[in-house]
Amino acid sequence: MIQLYNVSKIYDNGVKALNDVTLHIRKGEFIFLVGPSGAGKSTLTKLICREELPSRGQVVINGRSLARMRKRDVPYLRRKIGMVFQDFRLITNKTVFENVAFALEITGASNKDIKRAVPAVLRMVGLEKKAKMLPAQLSGGEQQRTCVARAIVNNPVLILADEPTGNLDPETSWDLMKLFMDINRRGTTIVMSTHAWDIVDSMKKRVVALGDGVITRDEESGAYGYES
Amino acid sequence: MVMNLNVFKYYFREAGASLLRNSWLSIASIGTIIISLLILGSSILLILNVRYIASTVESSLEITVFLEDSLEQDRRERMEEEIYFIPGVTTVHFVSRAQALDELRTSFGERADILSGLEEDNPLPDSFRVKTKEAETVPAAAQQLAELSGVEQVRYGQGVVEKLLALTHWVRIWGSITMGVLGFAAIFLIATTIRMSVFSRRREIGIMKMLGATNFFVRMPFMLEGMFLGLGGGLVAALMINFGYLSLLSKVIVTLPFIQLISDPTSLYQVLGGLLGLGFAIGALGSAISLHRFLRV
Ligand SMILES: Nc1ncnc2c1ncn2[C@@H]1O[C@H](COP(=O)(O)OP(=O)(O)O)[C@@H](O)[C@H]1O
Ligand SMILES: [Mg+2]
Repeated sequence: MIQLYNVSKIYDNGVKALNDVTLHIRKGEFIFLVGPSGAGKSTLTKLICREELPSRGQVVINGRSLARMRKRDVPYLRRKIGMVFQDFRLITNKTVFENVAFALEITGASNKDIKRAVPAVLRMVGLEKKAKMLPAQLSGGEQQRTCVARAIVNNPVLILADEPTGNLDPETSWDLMKLFMDINRRGTTIVMSTHAWDIVDSMKKRVVALGDGVITRDEESGAYGYES
Repeated sequence: MVMNLNVFKYYFREAGASLLRNSWLSIASIGTIIISLLILGSSILLILNVRYIASTVESSLEITVFLEDSLEQDRRERMEEEIYFIPGVTTVHFVSRAQALDELRTSFGERADILSGLEEDNPLPDSFRVKTKEAETVPAAAQQLAELSGVEQVRYGQGVVEKLLALTHWVRIWGSITMGVLGFAAIFLIATTIRMSVFSRRREIGIMKMLGATNFFVRMPFMLEGMFLGLGGGLVAALMINFGYLSLLSKVIVTLPFIQLISDPTSLYQVLGGLLGLGFAIGALGSAISLHRFLRV
């Protein structure tokens, strides 16, 4: 579903974040991106959602080259990708319900669709009782589940999660992982970068390790690895 | 582009919230728009009125030929014929000094009593009123009239028309300059307001883009914000001009009854509509400039 062919990314300041990376992601996979800080994990994520363009090489999603995609088609690509971040990125003056509904509003969804879809995803992430609360009134785990609800409400084919457990305690992190497995079982591809070695080790999913902008390891049902 | 009520509500809500958040800048930009449109509106009305007055003066443009007091009847009758032969002259009409005083009294209306006592010692001379076919022939005709014997003095518009038109010339120049400067200031202030809105909402804009909002969707609330500012300024200016002009009209009718100002509503509404439209255009232009420069999505 997603192919990166010999992708290099050099930022404007000359930093080479990725160097000749080739990677194929199949539909329905669950992939952990691991590696030390500065290895290029976030850069890889940004290339997939076309927040950045590769300096060399090709990123292809569903047979379409992102470099050749017209700018006005990018929003429609993003609607097919749900994004989850370490810092949640919720809108502070909107309630849980409104934050999730916003992802639908921007697509021009009707009120009827919003009233049907939002409670359903809130139930799925276990936040139906907190729908009227503001992000500041929630725990970190609840904020992150709001973020996940927002990411899945548009039925994306892919979830990109950049260190989603970075601000969560271990127990809450496991709740989030159970949620991700749920979502993955329904057929959504998940690409998650993380430093949480215990999670990676016990989930036995595909592990892609990055170091200094190159892929150092790519294993099915792999472990975090301790060489780095 | 999917368009529904929901999205429209969103645009308007966001634009409104932004206006309130930046209320001081919003007030400053509306104020500048109001002032520039007030200047424009009053200049236009002034110019239109001067043109109107000029045209009414022009149409009744006539030459008054004052005669020497000691003139005899048959000289006067010959003179009337001589005047007819002057090129361009269409009518000649004799006004005796008594008639002249009567007319003066009528034009003073209620305050005619100022003139009481003049009957015994009427200071007005006999005169001919001469009309020409075109305003342009007046000066030449007047000169020939002055050369006739028995003529004491010749008077015509005395450059009133020319002076009025010269006035509109300056009003037009200075009105355009101040309107231009203030118009630019208004556009700049609106652009700044919108820029502040964009700046204070850059985090939300980032989230919207991440969620797959189109450029149109991201920009529309800011665009509306500028349009509201412009429309608001235009509306206030139009109302102020409307009431100001109407009260001026009612005052002029009482105090300067011989001056005829434009009073038909369609001309006034055209000016007001123009102000409203221009306010809207200023607002739209200001926000478009700002979004082009500061919201590259
Ligand atoms: N926008 C940017 N401009 C310049 N350099 C960047 C930018 N983003 C990341 N980098 C650099 O690229 C390298 C890889 O960063 P990143 O992809 O964020 O790594 P990771 O997510 O694995 O920690 C780092 O050296 C980082 O400083
Ligand atoms: Mg990172």
